[in-house]
Amino acid sequence: MDNQLYMSSSPHVHSGETTQDIMRAVIYALLPACVLSIYYFGLEALLVLLLCTAGCLTTEAVCCVLSKRAMTLSDGSAAITGILLALNLPASSPWWLALFGSIIAVTIGKQVFGGLGHNPFNPALVARVVLLISFPVQMTSWTSPTPLGHGLDALTAATPLGEMKTSVMLTGQLPASAHSGFSDYLIGNMAGSIGEVSALAVLLGGLYLLKKKVITWEIPASYLGSVILFGGMFWLIDSQRYPDPLFHLLTGGLLLGAFFMATDMVTTPITRSGMLIFGVGCGVITVLIRLFGGYPEGVSFAILLMNGATPLIDRYTRPKVFGRNPYHNINQTPAQEN
Amino acid sequence: MSLVEEFKKGIWEKNPVFKLVLGMCPILAVTTSAENGLGMGLATTVVLICSNIVVSMMRKLIPAGVRIPAFIIIIATFVTVVQLAMEAWVYDLYQALGIFIPLIVVNCLILGRAEGFASKHPVIDSIFDGGGMGIGFTLALFILGAVRELFGSGTILGFSIFAADYPPVLLMILPPGGFIALGLVLAALNKFTHGKA
Repeated sequence: MDNQLYMSSSPHVHSGETTQDIMRAVIYALLPACVLSIYYFGLEALLVLLLCTAGCLTTEAVCCVLSKRAMTLSDGSAAITGILLALNLPASSPWWLALFGSIIAVTIGKQVFGGLGHNPFNPALVARVVLLISFPVQMTSWTSPTPLGHGLDALTAATPLGEMKTSVMLTGQLPASAHSGFSDYLIGNMAGSIGEVSALAVLLGGLYLLKKKVITWEIPASYLGSVILFGGMFWLIDSQRYPDPLFHLLTGGLLLGAFFMATDMVTTPITRSGMLIFGVGCGVITVLIRLFGGYPEGVSFAILLMNGATPLIDRYTRPKVFGRNPYHNINQTPAQEN
Repeated sequence: MSLVEEFKKGIWEKNPVFKLVLGMCPILAVTTSAENGLGMGLATTVVLICSNIVVSMMRKLIPAGVRIPAFIIIIATFVTVVQLAMEAWVYDLYQALGIFIPLIVVNCLILGRAEGFASKHPVIDSIFDGGGMGIGFTLALFILGAVRELFGSGTILGFSIFAADYPPVLLMILPPGGFIALGLVLAALNKFTHGKA
């Protein structure tokens, strides 16, 4: 064939950035949180991280072979799903929990829809919610951090959010831990899942991703901003019952969710205004679940719910075609699709 | 079509659940255990056969314009009979199925067979059609219920299958598990029959 006459469709100028590059940047950005969690939770955390990553990679390979599709291991998405899933689990997770979660994440979360780019929901969060609903006991046995070298066995403890929910339910008042201990929360000295412990390490990774332009500012900013505003509103109404915005920000999986899972390119809106709507929706749902829901933490449910709304958001935030009658555009374009 | 074929088509070739995908509401709602699936399937089968008989007998009397309300009244009559019978003889199952017994009235499988078959065919054919479809429906509900019960509670029909320390996957007996199990069973059957999922 004569390649001189070969015409491809746009884009004609490619930045050279590949899926692998993006995924590699995300893995680098997750490293501080991983390292810190191993420091706090010890080998247990390392084991869960390794099991989830290996589990996701193996499942991805098996799915590719079974469905006779090209091997997609090297795009790195399965590895990231594994790491994110591990960061969403308690350090004390039994081995079968980590492996079952990995299989669910890659099969039900991604491959049944046709692989990377076709999944409507974030695979790691799908697995987390399946595990949380199926195995509530194992999924909420949090270990309190015992930094390496302190020589203590792991102790179980409630997460700050769990403690808050119990206390508000029993006494109608916030526990003492909701008024102090913010420096501990910042460096991660609190009970929680592997990846949600250190706000600082997650923030560092998030800023790295922003700087590398893997993610844009819209979703993290609108997510965190709406949690601060909406959570702060309740705090101003009754500061004895509702925690202050900083507590919301630093505890639980909010930062991890806002920077690493709500920014997943596949499952979130593509327009700027759509991203802002997405972030605000996540923020409002997160605060509602934390303050009034049955579960202490609402980040994963919030992101999954907004993942479900993403096609709708994309449809209503479609940029106007230049020169077209705006009314014509709104009324006609969706109908033509059908 | 011979009577045997009329009977056989509902079990596999036109299975109401796996091939026609009819009556999803009870399928997803009550298949939390093999026993519930079996009970629901049998109750539906009884209603289906009886309503097929009556609809077929009255097919020349019912004016076309009001045929759907007429079918619904016939179906509702038999559903009430089945409901009262279940309340009298199998009270535990009656309680487990709850609102989904009266909802058999609006099961689109039954109305579908009344409209699509019984109103156009003689009584004997309609009995075989209803029986085949009902058994196909029951079989599908039993399979789905067994799969969900096996993973969600570790048992089938109440008998423990796995070792005692098997952690049940609670999700499978909750509503999302119904959708996931149905999807996986359909995929497995497609793989089995067409060679691709």
